Amino acid sequence: MSEQAHLVKVTIDNITIEVPAGTTILNAARIVGGDVTPPAMCYYSKLEGSGGKCRTCLVEVSKGSEKDPRPMPKLVASCRTTVMDGMEVKNITSEKVIDARNGVVEMLLINHPLDCPVCDQAGECDLQDLSYGHGNSADSRYEFPRRTFERHDLGPYIQLHMTRCILCYRCVYTADQLTQSREHGVLDRGDHAQIATYIEKSLENDFIGNVIDVCPVGALTDRTFRFKNRVWFLKPMNAHRDCPKCSGKVTLWNRGDEVYRVTARKNEWGEIENDENGKTAWICNECRFEKKKTSDWVIEGPREISRKSVISANHYLKVEEPQNVLPEVMGGRNPKLLMDIHDVSDVNKPNIHLSEIQGPSTSQTFEDNSNINPQ
Amino acid sequence: MKKLLLENDHIEGIRYFDAYRKNGGYRSVETALKLSPDAVVEEVKKSGLRGRGGAGFPTGMKWSFLAKPEGVPRYLVCNADESEPGTFKDRYLMEFLPHLLIEGMIVSSFALGSNRSYIYIRGEYAWIVDILEQAIAEAKQNGFLGKNILGSGFDCEIYVQRGAGAYICGEETALIESLEGKRGNPRIKPPFPAVKGLWDCPTVVNNVETLAAVVPIINMGGEEYAKIGVGRSTGTKLISACGNINKPGVYEIDMTISVEEFIYSDEYCGGIPNGKKLKACIPGGSSVPILPANLLLKTAKGETRYMNYESLADGGFASGSMMGSGGFIVLDEDQCVVKHTLTLATFYRHESCGQCSPCREGTGWMEKILKNIEHGKGKLSDIDLLWDIQRRIEGNTICPLGDAAAWPVAAAIRHFRDEFEWHVLNPEECQRRNYGLAGYADPIHVPV
Ligand SMILES: Cc1cc2nc3c(=O)[nH]c(=O)nc-3n(C[C@H](O)[C@H](O)[C@H](O)COP(=O)(O)O)c2cc1C
Ligand code: SF4
Ligand code: SF4
Ligand code: FES
Repeated sequence: MSEQAHLVKVTIDNITIEVPAGTTILNAARIVGGDVTPPAMCYYSKLEGSGGKCRTCLVEVSKGSEKDPRPMPKLVASCRTTVMDGMEVKNITSEKVIDARNGVVEMLLINHPLDCPVCDQAGECDLQDLSYGHGNSADSRYEFPRRTFERHDLGPYIQLHMTRCILCYRCVYTADQLTQSREHGVLDRGDHAQIATYIEKSLENDFIGNVIDVCPVGALTDRTFRFKNRVWFLKPMNAHRDCPKCSGKVTLWNRGDEVYRVTARKNEWGEIENDENGKTAWICNECRFEKKKTSDWVIEGPREISRKSVISANHYLKVEEPQNVLPEVMGGRNPKLLMDIHDVSDVNKPNIHLSEIQGPSTSQTFEDNSNINPQ
Repeated sequence: MKKLLLENDHIEGIRYFDAYRKNGGYRSVETALKLSPDAVVEEVKKSGLRGRGGAGFPTGMKWSFLAKPEGVPRYLVCNADESEPGTFKDRYLMEFLPHLLIEGMIVSSFALGSNRSYIYIRGEYAWIVDILEQAIAEAKQNGFLGKNILGSGFDCEIYVQRGAGAYICGEETALIESLEGKRGNPRIKPPFPAVKGLWDCPTVVNNVETLAAVVPIINMGGEEYAKIGVGRSTGTKLISACGNINKPGVYEIDMTISVEEFIYSDEYCGGIPNGKKLKACIPGGSSVPILPANLLLKTAKGETRYMNYESLADGGFASGSMMGSGGFIVLDEDQCVVKHTLTLATFYRHESCGQCSPCREGTGWMEKILKNIEHGKGKLSDIDLLWDIQRRIEGNTICPLGDAAAWPVAAAIRHFRDEFEWHVLNPEECQRRNYGLAGYADPIHVPV
């Protein structure tokens, strides 16, 4: 990349922006944001060499560049294709892309166990979001037994549930690029390929816990958190501590004053954020697995979570109410409320704003509303 | 027809240096080293030689794309991974004429400026590794390899590296990964090997037969070579013929003969055994579309089809196929297209590297559906589903293996849909007997 990044023009779904030469189509689309951004299941901007594999980010290049306006003959992986000056890209405006992406989502799901109800990743799973946004229908055309594997504990901290893996290779790159030695990798080929340590082995390395954060699905999970709670019941807080090994900047996932789990801080693309030096703030195993007391941490405050995420449900004061369009489409009528969940459940009362709660919250908090601002 | 590659294959001891040299071997090295590297590239360009590994890309053009940054080594890699079902021409060439490959590689290495060249050979060809290493040692003893070859100042070493049993390692970038000692996953292109190949250096990967063909090109001159053949199909081509034919084997053809002649004449395949009729044929190795007999011998326009790149591809995929790697597989009236397609689907499922979701999952899915149809458990909707799956693999993957897995299924359904339907509708009968010729294959006149 040149020092003085010179800018090139690229048009994505009819939106034109200028980006530094050498930017990939996907990263350009992320600058635009919103629906224009193709979904990415394998690309991870912090990991060199990642991307190109899952094929969910396929886009159509309808004009190669100003110099060579010919369209590209095939759909291209936007995460691994750099923009050219004058390039025109179609993502959601291309039927070919939508169709191919549907196909990719279907392929990713045919052998997926769909065990979301018992999967720790549910609620923050890229595959869930992808299938919700791009899947074909609820019916599967696949009528064969799904591929399964045994679960393996990769040491005391990490569990590998290969059945859920989408072979994005992110964990392999993470181990390659973050740790001294990589002890797991991809064994075998094709639909029988698997992430494995070959002989069941524990992964011992100060930074290996980051594979949990990069895994887009629930294939690598935190053993210290397994089945402890659902992510949408937890309250993410930014926190830090002085750590000799890593930046110590983390997200705590609390319920009451109990720290259920610790993760790195992730941005809106699900990638780990940079620290103040512009380096990816990977966190060490000690911060992630060993520091499970609020007293271990300096709490900075609640973490902003995308309103689209189920995790954000009811957590924050600044809830933008979505515009209610139902009366419009129902000819002026409002849908009839069959049951208000809040009548039967004590948690998540609409008048309780978790971010307002000072200090630990328990069931007490929900019963006496004294420390809660009435709306 | 004058043979250019296999002319001397019958000579006693031709596998060894002395006999090979006595019969005109290594002349091209002497000629080439007196020219400049660029002049050699120019000859290859003029010859019109096209890659014999499958894609048929013009070799001279490929060579001229090679980046030449200062102070960075360049590499020539010979692709001897030959794992495509039905293709076994490189094996024949290396086994019987190892010096021809070594000679071609020396000349090509000189043209490209590669001082270390590699032969990446399919692991199962273990005994050929010994033959090649023997040939390399002999060439070295006689001053055609090593330092300062024939006093020209050009140094070259050739190393043989065995693969470990993966078809995907024949794909050039997977091959390079494997050669570097990594898992054989195809790389994402660009960058192309010509810019960033082996150990991130500019690299040319060529098929065994392509490199061997450089020898006659230098010996006779590119222009002379280009006069053989027809149109953009210049020179001679090795075809490995197998299946239901009287004389399976490796044939060197001049690309002007017709498919009918190739199958029925005694010089080549010698017709179909037991007086059976031709049903279908895969003309270029398992990845290319299968054609029913009527479309194989004549194009959709009713013209004679010839054994060359253009004619075999006439009609596109709707009614044509491809020259591919020259693996010519013939099916007679007793063969079952469904079973045959299943066999190929099983192969591709097993050989997909598993990086791309459509190829990894789609190949397995297609195999399972085909298995059901073959065993009389299919549904009519399965045929459309197969079509839909292959459509969504094709063109959407990193490397052409995805396409190679999709095309055979697509072509089988395109041309033999009634056979698939018959399988579904007659689940018991299809276990007992084959569909036979039906209407799609012309009753072909069998010359007596
Ligand atoms: C899945 C796959 C397998 C391949 N196997 C071979 C092979 O065994 N031998 C070969 O020469 N080319 C093979 N190729 C083609 C190579 O990628 C490459 O195009 C070829 O070696 C170039 O040589 P050429 O220009 O001399 O044909 C394969 C390609 C694919 C996609
Ligand atoms: S375990 Fe997770 S991160 Fe690793 S390849 Fe599978 S899905 Fe990707
Ligand atoms: S197309 Fe198939 S073989 Fe080729 S890179 Fe993708 S998964 Fe691997
Ligand atoms: S994100 Fe681009 S291919 Fe996976």
